[in-house]
Amino acid sequence: MHVSLTAEKIFDLGPLPVTNSLLTTWVVLVLVGIFAVVFRARLKRSPAGVQNVIELAIESFHDLAESVTNNFKQARQFFPIVFTIFLFVLLNNWAGLLPGVGSIGFFEEEKTTEESAIPEAPLAQNEELSGESLVAPDVVSLSESTEVIAENETVEEGAHAESAEHHAVFVPIFRAGTADLSFTLALAFVAVILVQVMGIASLGGGYFKKFFNFSNPIHFFVGILEIVSEFSKMISFSFRLFGNIFAGEVLLAVIISLAPFVVPMPFYGLEIFVGLIQALVFSVLTLVFFKMASAAH
Amino acid sequence: MDTETIKLLSVAGTIAIGAVMPSLAIGMIGSKGVEAIGRNPEAAGKVQAAMILAIAFAEAVAIYALVVALILKFV
Repeated sequence: MHVSLTAEKIFDLGPLPVTNSLLTTWVVLVLVGIFAVVFRARLKRSPAGVQNVIELAIESFHDLAESVTNNFKQARQFFPIVFTIFLFVLLNNWAGLLPGVGSIGFFEEEKTTEESAIPEAPLAQNEELSGESLVAPDVVSLSESTEVIAENETVEEGAHAESAEHHAVFVPIFRAGTADLSFTLALAFVAVILVQVMGIASLGGGYFKKFFNFSNPIHFFVGILEIVSEFSKMISFSFRLFGNIFAGEVLLAVIISLAPFVVPMPFYGLEIFVGLIQALVFSVLTLVFFKMASAAH
Repeated sequence: MDTETIKLLSVAGTIAIGAVMPSLAIGMIGSKGVEAIGRNPEAAGKVQAAMILAIAFAEAVAIYALVVALILKFV
């Protein structure tokens, strides 16, 4: 079964490599942008249809923000960025569940054995094992399950003989953006920088008294700990989101490889739920840190 | 014991042991939260929000263990 911890590169844009999760993030971005522009042009005073749903989402999130911050003015101030983070993470989480994401792709010849996926049997051996697979092996969109069906024990001897040469690896064109550690790390970095910015906006230069406090050796040590805790927030934000979504992807791949029909349904439900909760946690946690940073020490 | 066996055992051990304490923690958070809602049903919204946040924090540690296990297995 092909599981890759890192996002696979699909093509180059000049000097920069573009991975499949980056491509998916761009697609989501463009679609949401188009929707936002079209929706804005059609806003009505008395809402109907889609506008109702959007207003419901915004109002309930605003109520949540107010109950977390206990301060209407601050809730108004922090709400836009927090809701944007929520929406961005949510849509990228759910994009990984769409049909076609992770299953449509191409085969790439790998000349070396040093890559992150389990060594795959070459295509010729896949034909031999087609009798054991549940789906036709020559359909690209289902080829993921073909490789997944290949039993490791029977293939390993053959794979070792050929893995020194080259073997075909399946590379999906789309992959959930948040299942890439780069995405979550970048977002966590942005969130922590924003926390500092909010602190400075509310308290001015006095915000740094939290970190550099020379009145007392104990306070000095606590200041150092605060700096360390900012970095640990970055790590914990990124790994929480990455771990949840990536583990969800692996779980779905394993379940689909074991029983492709009907059985994955509750797991898809779980993944939808987990995507929502993780987006909520990321944004509400950011909001809580905003509040803590803007509170006088 | 060759490296393959040890690697396999360590992968299983990492996630098995790493999931014990977070699940205990989530259970305790849940029980205290439900108890608080039972004592004061009017504050249910606030208690729920704080409870979900605390559960996500506790679950993150189990996710760290899972990520380590996945890295061990697939990298």
